[in-house]
Amino acid sequence: MISEHTKEAIERVKSQVGDRLLEIDGIRKEFPGVVALDDVRFSLRKGTVHALMGENGAGKSTLMKIIAGIYSPDRGTIRLRGEEVTLHGPLDALERGIAMIHQELALMPFMTVAENIWIRREPLNRFGLVDHLQMARQTQELFDRLNIRIDPLSEVRFLTVAQRQMVEIAKAVSYESDVLIMDEPTSALTETEVDHLFRIIRDLKARGIGIVYITHKMNELFEIADEFSVFRDGHYVGTHASEDVNRDDIIRMMVGREITEMFPKEEAQITDIVMGVDHLTLDGVFHDISFDLRKGEILGLAGLVGSGRSNVAEALFGVTPATSGKIRIDGEEVIIGSPADAMKHGMAFLTEDRKETGCFLPLSILENMQIAMLQDNNVRIGFVDQGTVSRLCDEMREALRVKTPNMEERIENLSGGNQQKVLIARWLLTKPRILILDEPTRGIDVGAKAEIHRLISRLAAQGVAVIMISSELPEILGMSDRILVMHEGHMTGIIDRQEADQVKIMELAAR
Amino acid sequence: MEDVQIEPTARKEIRRLPSDLSILMVLIGVALVFEVLGWIFQGQSFLMNPQRLTIMILQVSVVGIIAIGVTQVIITGGIDLSSGSVVAMTAMVAMSFAQASGYERAVYPSLTGLPVIIPLAVGLCMGLFAGIVNGLLIARTGIPPFIATLGMMVTARGVAKWYTKGQPVSFPTEGFATIGNGALPVFIFLGVAVIFHIALKYTRYGKFTYAIGANPQAARVSGINVQRHLVKVYAIAGLLAGLAGIVTAARAETAQAGMGMMYELDAIAAAVIGGTSLAGGRGKIFGTVVGTLILGLMMSGFTFLRVDAYYQEIVKGMIIVAAVVADVYRQKARSKKA
Repeated sequence: MISEHTKEAIERVKSQVGDRLLEIDGIRKEFPGVVALDDVRFSLRKGTVHALMGENGAGKSTLMKIIAGIYSPDRGTIRLRGEEVTLHGPLDALERGIAMIHQELALMPFMTVAENIWIRREPLNRFGLVDHLQMARQTQELFDRLNIRIDPLSEVRFLTVAQRQMVEIAKAVSYESDVLIMDEPTSALTETEVDHLFRIIRDLKARGIGIVYITHKMNELFEIADEFSVFRDGHYVGTHASEDVNRDDIIRMMVGREITEMFPKEEAQITDIVMGVDHLTLDGVFHDISFDLRKGEILGLAGLVGSGRSNVAEALFGVTPATSGKIRIDGEEVIIGSPADAMKHGMAFLTEDRKETGCFLPLSILENMQIAMLQDNNVRIGFVDQGTVSRLCDEMREALRVKTPNMEERIENLSGGNQQKVLIARWLLTKPRILILDEPTRGIDVGAKAEIHRLISRLAAQGVAVIMISSELPEILGMSDRILVMHEGHMTGIIDRQEADQVKIMELAAR
Repeated sequence: MEDVQIEPTARKEIRRLPSDLSILMVLIGVALVFEVLGWIFQGQSFLMNPQRLTIMILQVSVVGIIAIGVTQVIITGGIDLSSGSVVAMTAMVAMSFAQASGYERAVYPSLTGLPVIIPLAVGLCMGLFAGIVNGLLIARTGIPPFIATLGMMVTARGVAKWYTKGQPVSFPTEGFATIGNGALPVFIFLGVAVIFHIALKYTRYGKFTYAIGANPQAARVSGINVQRHLVKVYAIAGLLAGLAGIVTAARAETAQAGMGMMYELDAIAAAVIGGTSLAGGRGKIFGTVVGTLILGLMMSGFTFLRVDAYYQEIVKGMIIVAAVVADVYRQKARSKKA
């Protein structure tokens, strides 16, 4: 124990002298309409684990992708082993010794472990053909070094998630990488697998490899990370050694911003229960979700990405129906097997991903807006009552102030905020009683954001029951009457507006 | 890069040229090229010959009828390879119920001289059935439309051959032969075109068809029963292939198992030349009609110029590929902007 401690102390002194593997300074990255990173710095020392912390959207992933060469920064410098570099793509980064262990694992399922590791670098025999024997031998040697016990000749599709991760790590090591990026590596692992992973990580540290480690989990931070940096809204907040701080300090650093945007919450009469949800479960995804939703109420749904928030919304709307549990509408139990069923009960669902599940990109604004309202009252013997429908759409466009020259414009030519308004209009035109909004203001500018907030408030005041999912705590806090917090598929609490604050939510969401 | 930033509006203007108009320009352009070549090489006008034009339109009517169904399938993001074989199958079966009375070697000697409505109904039902099978396979099992309709393509051709053990079926009643008489096939083609132009533009069926092709997930979340709708679309494509089979048989006054060979590809080509996007979500019946006419004009023009039939096929193949490449570039230009 003592010798271990001394070694660490020596390590630390050494690192302070120098030994910077990676230094990043003044990085800025913009995406259309958003500044993802601004003046961000970061430095990684040899033989350490450096954790990146922050809320969803704080810029961790963007930073990680810049380090891995996937994005190139608009401004700022990257120094690798003291030398300034420009990374031309992930392959270039890999060849310079930076390897990323992907969150969605990037292995080819129908090829063997060995083939996956040595792809592009297969050992050849004298006929110029791949020498599988040699390849298997190389793989075994590599695994022996890393204490990994996987058959090099088994196909990747037969491996568990944890084993695949090991393969990816081995692959990275095989490139002689000394900078490893791990994006929430434990998110799909069991406890024993996590222990194994951590043993390997410690081993890698001992070899002098530096690891950039993204996590949401506090306990991991204390267990494996030597130091950590916190980001917030694309800005660098600070770097500390993990032994110098406690949970509360970190949470404060992560959420510490002022609520600068105004949330125009109108007073709404919260009356009868419209929807009751009992023990709703989707096997393997979320469990035992129960709540009541009242007329005029805005129920916030908070939790980290992957906590199952969106899955609950999809189950309520019948996109992926729940496997057990009950949904009651106006006190009567209903079965919602498809979005069409949900719509019959007066529900509407603004999905999280505008491009994937919202917009019909090649179609006009009008076509996009009217699609959900083409139900029986607007259709006569198959023919759309286009006069009425167009008029209603036009009114809605004006009410929501969609900025467009005309309704025939293709929706793909609109800004994100205007697209979002069109999609909201699509649902408002169905006159919903229950409105589910998944990230209603993601990726849109501040002005449109405020307009959408006002609109949601007004709808609640008119008696619509709203469920709102958001990764932005200020938005959740500013808009919701109650907040349901989820963590890894479970409900960890419902907090009333008066009692809610950022720290409380983060505590429930990040345990 | 700089161009793009300096004149985004100009780019937009160019693309805003209605696609209807631009495809018409292509048609006129092709016609004029043949007109000029006609005077140069044949010393006569290509266009000022009503007979030639009538024959040309007659020849492509059948492909045109199929193409109208195929266009709808492609708009949903699918494909239908079975239409040519369905033409053969329905031609055979319909003709076997349309044989003139007293014809001894009829397929069903006791069922000759039936009123025209019977072979018509039988043929349409055959086509509809093939289409429904396609649709159910695709919607219920989730196999790619390419595979499902490839299976139907082989199967229906097999049925056509098996039905009479490869023998042609001939001697239709006068009533049945009338369907293929004179310019009637052209009117059927144009009638079908008008019906589905209206259906795609003004009915919920049409709106849902485009929506599914543009984004199937969004369509489902918007409350559309995507599976049921796909069955409808493939059923209509099958029905129209059946109609095309009836017209083919009536026009030839005989039915053979080898009929309609490669019609599915001509139909797809007509749709794509007419601006229907293989990526789904975009396409118009008007474009398909013009695309069909462009195909017909090319074939007729080459024959007029006495170009070897082999060259005709080579050129046709290249035109189809060129049309798809153009579509791919359109898509790329769009996604770059988005």
